[in-house]
Amino acid sequence: MDTKKEKFPHGIPGYNLGEIEREIPAEDPPAWPINDELRVIGKRVPRLDARAKVTGEAKYTSDIQLPGMLYAKMLRANVAHAKILAIDTTLAEKLPGVHAVHLMHEMDDKDHLPMVKFVGQPIAGVAAESLDIAKEAIKLIKVKYDEKPFVIDLEDALDANAPLVYDEPIAEQRDGGDVGVVHDGSKGKGNLRGPSTSSFWGGPRGDVEKGFAEADVVVERTYRTQVHTHVPLETHGVVIDWKPEGMTVYASTQSTKGVRDELATYFDLPKSQVRVICQFMGGGFGAKHSAGTFGPMAATLSKKTGRPVWLMLDRQEEHLAEGNRPNSLHSLKIGAKKDGTLTAIQQKSHGTAGVALGAGVGRIAQILYECPNFTTEQYDVLTHAGPGAAWRAPGNVQGAFGVEQAIDELAEKLKIDPLTLRDKIDKSDVRKVERMRGAEKFGWSKRQPAGSSQGPVKKGMGMAQSTWPRFVHLDSSVEVKLYKDGAVEVRSGVQDIGTGTKTILAQVVAEELGLEVSDVTVRIGDTVFPDGPASGGSVVTGSITPPTRNAAYQVKLKLFDLVAKEWKTEANKLTVKDGMVVHMDDSSRKMTFKDALKSLRTGHISVLASRGDDYGGFQQSWGLAYGDLGSVQFAEVTVDTQTGLIKVDRIVAAHSCARPLNIGQLESQINGGVIQGVSYALYEARVMDKGTGHFINANVDQYKMPYAMEIPEIESILVEEYPAQSSTDAYGIAEPANIATAAAIANAVYNAIGVRIFEIPITPASILNALNKDYE
Amino acid sequence: MNRFSWYEAKSVEDALKNANTTLSEELYSPSNEAAFFKSGGIDVLDFLKEGLISPKTIVNVRDIPGMDKIEHEHNEGMTIGANVTLAEIEHHPDVAINFPALQMAVAHAATPQLRNMSTIAGNLAQRTRCWYFRSVDHQCFRKNGDRCFARHSETGQNEGHAIINNGSCVSVHASSIATALLALKASVVIQGGDMKKKVVSIEDFFVSPMQDISRENILGKKDLITEIKVPAPSANTKSFYIKQVARESYDWSLADVAVVAEMKGNTCVDITIALGAAAPTPIRSYEAEKILKGEQLNDMSITKAAEKAMEVARPLSKNGYKIPLFKSIIVRALSELI
Ligand SMILES: Cc1cc2nc3c(=O)[nH]c(=O)nc-3n(C[C@H](O)[C@H](O)[C@H](O)COP(=O)(O)OP(=O)(O)OC[C@H]3O[C@@H](n4cnc5c(N)ncnc54)[C@H](O)[C@@H]3O)c2cc1C
Repeated sequence: MDTKKEKFPHGIPGYNLGEIEREIPAEDPPAWPINDELRVIGKRVPRLDARAKVTGEAKYTSDIQLPGMLYAKMLRANVAHAKILAIDTTLAEKLPGVHAVHLMHEMDDKDHLPMVKFVGQPIAGVAAESLDIAKEAIKLIKVKYDEKPFVIDLEDALDANAPLVYDEPIAEQRDGGDVGVVHDGSKGKGNLRGPSTSSFWGGPRGDVEKGFAEADVVVERTYRTQVHTHVPLETHGVVIDWKPEGMTVYASTQSTKGVRDELATYFDLPKSQVRVICQFMGGGFGAKHSAGTFGPMAATLSKKTGRPVWLMLDRQEEHLAEGNRPNSLHSLKIGAKKDGTLTAIQQKSHGTAGVALGAGVGRIAQILYECPNFTTEQYDVLTHAGPGAAWRAPGNVQGAFGVEQAIDELAEKLKIDPLTLRDKIDKSDVRKVERMRGAEKFGWSKRQPAGSSQGPVKKGMGMAQSTWPRFVHLDSSVEVKLYKDGAVEVRSGVQDIGTGTKTILAQVVAEELGLEVSDVTVRIGDTVFPDGPASGGSVVTGSITPPTRNAAYQVKLKLFDLVAKEWKTEANKLTVKDGMVVHMDDSSRKMTFKDALKSLRTGHISVLASRGDDYGGFQQSWGLAYGDLGSVQFAEVTVDTQTGLIKVDRIVAAHSCARPLNIGQLESQINGGVIQGVSYALYEARVMDKGTGHFINANVDQYKMPYAMEIPEIESILVEEYPAQSSTDAYGIAEPANIATAAAIANAVYNAIGVRIFEIPITPASILNALNKDYE
Repeated sequence: MNRFSWYEAKSVEDALKNANTTLSEELYSPSNEAAFFKSGGIDVLDFLKEGLISPKTIVNVRDIPGMDKIEHEHNEGMTIGANVTLAEIEHHPDVAINFPALQMAVAHAATPQLRNMSTIAGNLAQRTRCWYFRSVDHQCFRKNGDRCFARHSETGQNEGHAIINNGSCVSVHASSIATALLALKASVVIQGGDMKKKVVSIEDFFVSPMQDISRENILGKKDLITEIKVPAPSANTKSFYIKQVARESYDWSLADVAVVAEMKGNTCVDITIALGAAAPTPIRSYEAEKILKGEQLNDMSITKAAEKAMEVARPLSKNGYKIPLFKSIIVRALSELI
């Protein structure tokens, strides 16, 4: 590969900004300067589809209407554990308006009736002329169960006599969102699986026994977190039209290509015959990478009937069966010297992702702080409950809730300010700047000692921080096309799940071509375009914007070649500015971009580019970039010690994602992450009845979500940082925004009332229970 | 939701002629021929959507003429038509001036959108929000089943449930407005199928599960609430209401309290203390009232009253926190009267 040397801005403006030389592929564009010197990058460019969304013009998957379309509904098990003895669909099939009934298990194994392993497991699907008819039909399907004992509680499931969820080993499980985390189902017995003890980042090291022997203080605690469902405003679902020439799938998904690949494999079709489209997404948060069970069901019903089939889940089905953040029972032991230096961290966790694997506490303990001696054991516990799924920073949110409280407790024991301790043990420059700027904006110096707030209504301040890897999804491609009439188009299969991907692609191309954002048409979310990244792991911006810039740059050079020939000059003497192609040596020689394109011999020219390696290489060749996505969040709370009511008054969230591309959209991501963090800390929890195995608050009334009055004032700080690792030098922010919030709130609650709460959600009941031990 | 027909009642008589049961009766012993009332429709719709009941006919009483007025007469008190919305009560100036506790209770119920839709009669006749009761998969006592899931000491999820009178069904009544109406000694005017009018005190309107597990109020097959009467307070009456929730935007109460007292200086001549979300029905704490009647209201006496009010409490496995919570809000509400 031909290479060239380029100088890049490097470091943090206002702290240590400098320059670095990188050897980069010869065809890549020169370095962009820092954002201050750019026109559209790093600015508050309004979201391209904002208007369509707020006016209702945007068509989400559930809005899709096709000629002859049928509506489908799935019948779900209402027992937690059973052998199905018989399923009778006769009455359902006879109901007028019903076009097809299909049994779930017949897709895999026609000959054996299946086991039910959780309430909500799909059993059958019906396609009918209206949703009401489909709903009526599934009530007419009679299922005969042989009910078995079940277990839904994490600790009960560990009992030697607990009913088994699986009596055979299960394979390792991954899904697109659970980046880099492997859960081994082959080890362990009973309902216990694992432990996983290593990681691609961090991992075991040193000798913890020796480390604790060297410690002056030790904090040893157990933390608990709840099962937390995703509650996307738009539920899971698809509209599938299977025609002889192939199927078209409208999906609410975080990965158009993932759904395509799954369905192609499932039905043994060439990938070219499965087209997946996702134009607008009403939230996924990690749970929407897969075609699920509803995808194959809708496809089968469409094939059977020869008609398009609409299958969107309702809120209860969404809660029961489409993913959740597993709970955790997380023990930590941390040792430190008098000056704060950490000597050892020992971590052990159990969590349940129901019938699936994937309950861990992530990498916060292993990687956030310098510590020479470390071990972790993370166990999965199987229960008869709906499967977990990746959920905004899988594992790490649970992990941070414990680690960041333990570090605070350590600071208190050592009589060191929590920020000072972190300055000592956290080697990240970015977080150092975040702590400085965050503390200043928040007013950390006004923080009082824990429990010193007077009166029954107490105020408290706390903070917590987080880390998340910079993942790059290497299979990320994009095409930039210039038309003879001056039109500019970007095409990629990548979906915009609400984060603003469409807008940043337009910004990158506009910046590179010297155009306005409105000059660029962005076509994405469709597998007829080059494959983009899945929207998981916060990879999208870091994966798709560099090839987008590179493609725009290269297609611009093609255009320059044509213009140079016409102007009888060298292509490298040309540049773009304010919509014009200009000669660098003679600014009077110029023409509009549009006119320049008139000289094309073909209708359009285009370049397809794919994500290359990071400049300077990766930490790991599969796409683990250097550096991390750090954040520091500060929380101020009010706790009424007589009623237990907690109010989060304010969050200051300091974040970094290397080069920020769109300030408004980044702030939206931070707001969303913080709100979900507040909700996780104080409100949301799946409530299960151990006697019946049912999820009894599977709605959005009793499953508590925060509304307007629960949302704190959120102030964000974006720390610009230039690692010089790609042509845009940008990475994502979505997951980091959600990791530290609950821990920061827990630390603030402790600061307010002087009693530490080790379990979330922190409710009025938990505050009153902690403060009134004597009422029983 | 099943298909049903819709009957638009034109008068009280017409409504009574066309209804044949109550939602509660249909739930307890389904006839599949049910025709019952709907006013704001909020609670009825929830039952239909959850698949808990399948009526044949919905009798809409929402637009019967003459049932949507608030009338205030200084000596008599206030008459609130059955179809008056919660929002209308919330914003009525006479309510705020004469019955602050009622205004506060209404303003803290549900959400602004729901208050625009919900009627006062529907609010009083709504059923408990106990999550087991509202689940088609849990056949509890109240649905002619054989147990109370929430009361179970190991498996019951009962954080929100009753701490008083919880020997049978342990649910709490959903209306937080009833707490204020109880403290204000309001009564419910009911037109029976025979077109006879009954006037029933709020206290007698609600039925405890020990009396009759199948219902939460006395409304029979052909009983239509036509109005609510709130008697005029005697001079020097003060009232206050507190609803404690986990989430302020909207939430069902964890505990709520209404206090109404006739004061002479700092001496409490007469007082009512009503508690919501404490028992299966809104209840008065006569014991606590006794402590304060004729006494000075001060920190000591009101703390004593709050302690007394909770003496009868017998918490379930997960709702012990309600005891300190009730004590706190009782003290706070009473302090507002000083
Ligand atoms: C999310 C949510 C939160 C809420 N929060 C609160 C709260 O905090 N506090 C509170 O008090 N309430 C709360 N509510 C209840 C709400 O305010 C309504 O009062 C209630 O749902 C019913 O009112 P409605 O007029 O819609 O009655 P409907 O649904 O029309 O009727 C309810 C019942 O009353 C019967 N009925 C209606 N009119 C008459 C009549 N004239 N005579 C006899 N029977 C009649 C019906 O047959 C039915 O059984 C909440 C509701 C929801 C959905």
